[in-house]
Amino acid sequence: MPTFDLAETPLRDLNQALHDVTAASNDTAFEVLNPRGAHAVASGVDAPVSVDIRGSVGYYCAGMNCEGTVTVHGSAGPGVAENMMSGAVFVKGDASQYAGATGRGGLLVIEGNASSRCGISMKGIDIVVKGNIGHMSAFMAQSGNLVVLGDAGDALGDSLYEARLFVRGEVKSLGADCIEKEMRPEHLELLAGLLARAGVTDVKPEEFTRYGSARKLYNFNIDNYDAY
Amino acid sequence: MTYRNPTTTPRQAAAFDEYTLSEIRRAAATGIYDIRGGGAKRKVPHFDDLLFLGASMSRYPLEGYRETCNTNVVLGTRFAKKPIELKIPITIAGMSFGSLSGPAKEALGRGATMAGTSTTTGDGGMTEEERGHSETLVYQYLPSRYGMNPRDLRRADAIEVVVGQGAKPGGGGMLLGQKITDRVAEMRTLPKGIDQRSACRHPDWTGPDDLEIKILELREITDWQKPIYVKIGGARPYYDTALAVKAGADVVVLDGMQGGTAATQEVFIEHVGQPTLACIRPAVQALQDLGMHRKVQLILSGGIRNGADVAKALALGADAVSIGTAALVAIGDNDPKWEEEYQKLGTTAGAYDDWHEGKDPAGISTQDTDLMQRLDPEAAGRRLSNYLKVMTLEAQTIARACGKNHVHNLEPEDLCALTIESAAMAGVPLAGTDWIPGKSGI
Repeated sequence: MPTFDLAETPLRDLNQALHDVTAASNDTAFEVLNPRGAHAVASGVDAPVSVDIRGSVGYYCAGMNCEGTVTVHGSAGPGVAENMMSGAVFVKGDASQYAGATGRGGLLVIEGNASSRCGISMKGIDIVVKGNIGHMSAFMAQSGNLVVLGDAGDALGDSLYEARLFVRGEVKSLGADCIEKEMRPEHLELLAGLLARAGVTDVKPEEFTRYGSARKLYNFNIDNYDAY
Repeated sequence: MTYRNPTTTPRQAAAFDEYTLSEIRRAAATGIYDIRGGGAKRKVPHFDDLLFLGASMSRYPLEGYRETCNTNVVLGTRFAKKPIELKIPITIAGMSFGSLSGPAKEALGRGATMAGTSTTTGDGGMTEEERGHSETLVYQYLPSRYGMNPRDLRRADAIEVVVGQGAKPGGGGMLLGQKITDRVAEMRTLPKGIDQRSACRHPDWTGPDDLEIKILELREITDWQKPIYVKIGGARPYYDTALAVKAGADVVVLDGMQGGTAATQEVFIEHVGQPTLACIRPAVQALQDLGMHRKVQLILSGGIRNGADVAKALALGADAVSIGTAALVAIGDNDPKWEEEYQKLGTTAGAYDDWHEGKDPAGISTQDTDLMQRLDPEAAGRRLSNYLKVMTLEAQTIARACGKNHVHNLEPEDLCALTIESAAMAGVPLAGTDWIPGKSGI
C-alpha cells in the first residue's frame, strides 16, 4: 500500500501519484498520514482507487473526485467532495461549510454534523449526513438527494430546483420555494437504498419528511415580488 | 383679427427624456424590470478621449510594413507549467453556450484560431463545437458551475475563475426559459424551459483567502499545468487586482462597464461599475506596487473596438485585451441585412439587445434551430479572423508611429488626453499641457 506522510512529503507528490494511477496499476490503495488540515488532499482523483486519510483535512478534500473512494478518518474542512462526479467520500467526523457543493454524482457520507450550505447547488450527488446540517443547506440545489438523520438549520432548500431533501429531525425554517412534500412509495424505496449505501441500519425511511421545490419561482412573476 | 399670445416651444425635461418616459410606461405595464444584453450604452470617458502623440523630432518612428513590430503575448508565466503564447494581444471573451448558439461558439473558435489567439467558454460548460475548433481555449470557472467537470478542466488550455464582470459587478445571471432547450438544460442539469439563475457568489469560497485555496485545488487537479486567470468586474480595480494577485492568479482579466453580458437588468448595466478607462491605471498601479507588472499579466476588456483601442490599452499597461461584443458584431450580430426582422421585433439593426429572448435574426444569441442555421460558422469565423487581424495591423501601425518594435513597448508617455476627465482617469497629460489632473504640473 503506497503511504504518504504529509509531515514529510509534499501534497503535490501525493496528488500526482493518485493522478498517475492507470488501469494497469497494481497499487490502488493509498494511505495518507499526518494530513494536519492540509488543503486539496486527494483532489482530482480519476481512477477507482481507495484513499484512507488518517486525520483531519482542510479545504476541498476529494474535490472533483471520479471513481475514487476517499475516507477521512477525522473531520473535513470546507468544500469536501466539491463537484464530485462519481465514487464515494466518507467523513468519519464532522464537515465544515459547503460539503458536497455542486456535486454531480457519487455518494458523500458524513458521520458527524455538516455546517452551513451543505449540498449547495448540488447537481446529482447523494449526500447522507448522520448528524445535523447548518443553515442555507441545499441552496439552489438542482438534482440529487440530501438525507439528514438529525436536524436542519434555517432556510433549508432556498431557491431549490429538483433535488430531493429528506430530514428525520426538525427543520428550523424552509427557504424560498421549498415545501414539505408527500412521501410516496418510490421515495421510501429511494431513501431505503440511500441509507443502506451509507451503512445506516437502525433508522427507517418512514421516520423522514420529504422536502422539495414548490416550483413557483421557476419563471419570473412580479406577483412573487416578496420572494425575490 | 384676434390677438394670440406667443407660446413657448413644447419642452421635455432633461431628466424625463423620451427613453426615460418609455421605460416608466413599460415598467408600469409589464411589472418587470428591463432585461437586456450588451454593456453600458451611456456615454462615458473612453479610449476615444485619448490620442497618441506619434514620433517627430524627439522620437524616431519605425517604417510601416517593413520594420518589425511584434504582437505576441505569453500568458501564465507566474506559476503554470504550460503558459500559453498567442500571436496577437487580442483574445475572445467568455460567452456561454446557451446564451449563444452552437454555430456562434464554433465561429468564435474558428476565428480565434485562424488569427492565432484564444477563445473562452462561458456560463454553460464546454461544447464540442468550441473545443474542437479552438486551438487555445480558456475554460471559465463560474459560480453556477454549470457543466463543470474535471475532464474539461484538464483539456482546457487555461482556467478563468470568474469573480465578476464589467456589465454587472456583484451580480449573477439569468437565462430566461425561452433559451433553455433540451441540450442547454442537460448541460446545466436543469429542467427545460425554466428561468435559469446563475449565482453571484461562488458556492464554496468567499473572499481572497478562500480563493487562494481554491486556486491551489484547481492547480492540484490539473497538475499545475494550466495558467489560472481571475476575472474581475470594474468595481475597485486597485484592491481587486491586488487581491487577485495575492490569491495566486497568473493572469488578471479586468472588465469595465462597457463589457457586455448575455442578459441582466438595464439598471445594473448602466449604474454599477466603472468605465474601462477608469479601471486600467489603478489595476496597473496595483501590479507595479506589488512588483508584479508583466509577471502577472493583465487583460483588459469592455468596449474594445479597433486597433487604436488595443494600442491605448497596451500603452496604459495591459498585456492584452479581450473582445466580446465586437466579436459578435464581426460574426454577424446586429447586421443591417436583417433590418426587416429587427423591425418586427420592435428594434433596429445596431440597437438589438434582447438577446435573452432567443429570437436573434442573425442566429447568434438564440437556441432556435431555424435561426441558428442562418449562421455559417466557417464564413463567420473567417470574418472574425479578418477583424482580429485588422485590429492587430492597426495597433502595429500606431506602435511603429511611436517608434516601438513591440506593441508592449507602448507606454503612457505616448499618450495625451482630450478631456480633463480622461486625463485624470488615464493618468496622462491633458493635450497641449503637461498637466495630469490629480498629479503635479502646471
